[in-house]
Amino acid sequence: MESTIIEPEIIYERPEALADTVTHYCPGCTHGTAHRLVAEVLDEMGLQEKTVGVASVGCSVFSYNYFECDFVEAPHGRAPAMATGVKRVLPDHTVFTYQGDGDLVSIGMGEIMHAAARGENFTVVFVNNAIYGMTGGQMAPTSLPGMVTTSSPLGRDVETTGFPIRMSEIIANLDGASYVVRRSLHDAANVRKSKKALRLAFEAQERGLGFSMVELLSNCPTNWSMTAKDSLTFIKEKMIPVYPLGDFKVIPTLAELRV
Amino acid sequence: MAKELLKGNVAIAEAAVRAGVEAYFGYPITPQTELLEHMAKRMPELDRVFVQAESEVAAINMVYGAACTGARVMTTSSSPGVSLMMEGISYIAGTEIPMVMVDVMRGGPGLGNIAPSQGDYNQMVRGGGHGDYFPIVLAPASVQEAIDLTVLAFELAEKYRTIAVVLADGSIGQMMEPAELPEMQEVDRQTPDWATNGAKGREKRLLSSIYLQPEDEEKTNLRMLKRWMEIEANEVRFNEYFVDDAEFLVIGFGTAGRVAYSAVRAARAEGIKVGLLRPITLNPLPSERMADLAEKAKAFLVVEMNTGQMLDDVRLAVSGKAPIEFYGRLGGVVPFPDEILEQIRIMAQQPPTDTNGHARQRWFERMAVLD
Amino acid sequence: MQTEIVISGFGGQGVLFAGQVLSYAAMDSDKHVTWIPSYGPEMRGGTANCTVIVSEEEIGSPLVMNPKAAVVMNLPSLDKYEPLLVPDGVLIANASLIDREIKRTDLDAVMIPANEIAEEIGEKRLVNMIMLGALLAKLPVLPVEDVKLSLQNHLPERHQHTLPLNYEALHKGAEFALQGETAKV
Repeated sequence: MESTIIEPEIIYERPEALADTVTHYCPGCTHGTAHRLVAEVLDEMGLQEKTVGVASVGCSVFSYNYFECDFVEAPHGRAPAMATGVKRVLPDHTVFTYQGDGDLVSIGMGEIMHAAARGENFTVVFVNNAIYGMTGGQMAPTSLPGMVTTSSPLGRDVETTGFPIRMSEIIANLDGASYVVRRSLHDAANVRKSKKALRLAFEAQERGLGFSMVELLSNCPTNWSMTAKDSLTFIKEKMIPVYPLGDFKVIPTLAELRV
Repeated sequence: MAKELLKGNVAIAEAAVRAGVEAYFGYPITPQTELLEHMAKRMPELDRVFVQAESEVAAINMVYGAACTGARVMTTSSSPGVSLMMEGISYIAGTEIPMVMVDVMRGGPGLGNIAPSQGDYNQMVRGGGHGDYFPIVLAPASVQEAIDLTVLAFELAEKYRTIAVVLADGSIGQMMEPAELPEMQEVDRQTPDWATNGAKGREKRLLSSIYLQPEDEEKTNLRMLKRWMEIEANEVRFNEYFVDDAEFLVIGFGTAGRVAYSAVRAARAEGIKVGLLRPITLNPLPSERMADLAEKAKAFLVVEMNTGQMLDDVRLAVSGKAPIEFYGRLGGVVPFPDEILEQIRIMAQQPPTDTNGHARQRWFERMAVLD
Repeated sequence: MQTEIVISGFGGQGVLFAGQVLSYAAMDSDKHVTWIPSYGPEMRGGTANCTVIVSEEEIGSPLVMNPKAAVVMNLPSLDKYEPLLVPDGVLIANASLIDREIKRTDLDAVMIPANEIAEEIGEKRLVNMIMLGALLAKLPVLPVEDVKLSLQNHLPERHQHTLPLNYEALHKGAEFALQGETAKV
């Protein structure tokens, strides 16, 4: 009998821009997904060799270990300032920051606002999981009302600790921003949408259109004290109502772009 | 080049431009604002980078990022602004990359005032930020020296992959003197082999100050210390005036040093055998020279525009081999030569012999009497 | 030997520029010179001053307790610097804005109606050059011709057309200062 040997076809592999290594992220954490999406975009656009990433402080502090491109490590919150320095000297290179919500919305509020206002031509990957992960689950400016954290053990009281800050909506109001959107990583369909958004953000940078930012709603099963599966449901049911997904700023040149 | 009448701040800025600075990031603060303003005009005209940052915190981190690309970078500020920069300075030190910064000191602490002061000696010489590191600190006493030391700062910073600080005060920044600028240097330089400028055709690079394993951090600290020891061995600089036959020695840096020069000259005219040692490098301090001079000097007088911050280092250097007196003006008050001359006269008439006690204490008591 | 000159007045009276003109002339004559201003908030509409030191040798302190000469363009400046001048110092005071006599008798003092003279010339902004002319007549730190040359060399292009008026101001100031002293000249 004749048998047919089917050559295996690779339909899914590690992007070149993603390092072949084990990450330190907790099981079920969506940081890994976000990393992969960024790496895929760098691959697709052929940017890996001219990219300088700027890591931040928080769970993503070691993100430089997971990308196969040059990286610098910024002080807490200062990634947009450091990226400004890199990009201004190397305007033909691709520069992105990878920041969490504690880093970007709390201590780094000044740097992100002014980088956006200046229209600095780099891309910000903003991973919002509404909590300080690295330091063990303290309240962030993005924590949801009532959210129990180690520094709001009775639940976030907005009377005394303020309200969640919606960064994408704020940044979108700045004229220097070209592309500001919020996506979520809680299911496959949303992951695909996130990827497309990241692609557009890097396209904006390659076209010199100015500041671009993709906010990615993410989970933190460890500090939310949930299973990974429940944490994804939490994003869908609890986070999205506070942080609606959407396009908050898409300048016309980009809106016409098909990727 | 012919001499030009130049304001200190402008002279430092133009010297940096001619030394090939490729990127400048700063924030306005008196009394160094003309420096930033000169950069705002000159850098874009030469197609180089100028950014007025939203804060000193952002400025130093822009410098950090730009320095990581291997570019020749600089920031400038004045005391309160420098305090804000300390975070980035520590990170830059920990990443072992070159950076030049200028501190045009003013009266403090806190908001203080905008008058000339030397109150940041400890902050700069000790590093100022967290962790173990040693910045090179250069103290100009004239507009010409401010130019020369700015150029030198870039050379030293790059040679040793370290931070080089030009520590001036408001008086140097605001003063005009005839001075000669260097020729324009070519900016094009070889990108250093540690720069993060895109991993084309090579392994990826990381620039960071993170060494999570204490043993790795210890090695890093030792590597930085080794480099510092080389700097200590090779880069000490100072000026001396009338030292050869001097029985008494005045020590002062920057503006205090040049005011002391007037006083020492006047004292010489009165027949007092007094000399002046003016440290140009505050870090490394010419401690060995001080120790040598202590062998033959009857007494030292340290003059500063602070409460005796360098005084403590002079005491360490002299190690009790000679008595030390101190005279300081504070809070932005610049001493007149007459005041220092009076101190020299007192020292010459009744040479101190006591190497016990602290010069600061004795000075404080004299100041209290003045009140 | 060094000569210290304080120039003081309201912001906008050209106090700092007058000092710079003097400094340029000193530099062009290969002398050592320092110019140091008061700076900061006090300059915003308040009193401005600068100290110029001209010397044959390296200059130490850019500031002195007791200057050799003072050019005072308003009353607060006279009040501040009259007591500080060295004995036999030179004091040039703007009579147009000062309504009191000079108290010290050991000074070589001139009360000059600089604003009126400026109006005669037809340019109010020349008060500083008139005062400078008077100073140079009383204090031969630099020849007037050197100062004129430095004006010509360092006045920005857009102001070059004002040179003749500046020269006239310097001369009118010197002329006034030397009135009745022709024997000395």
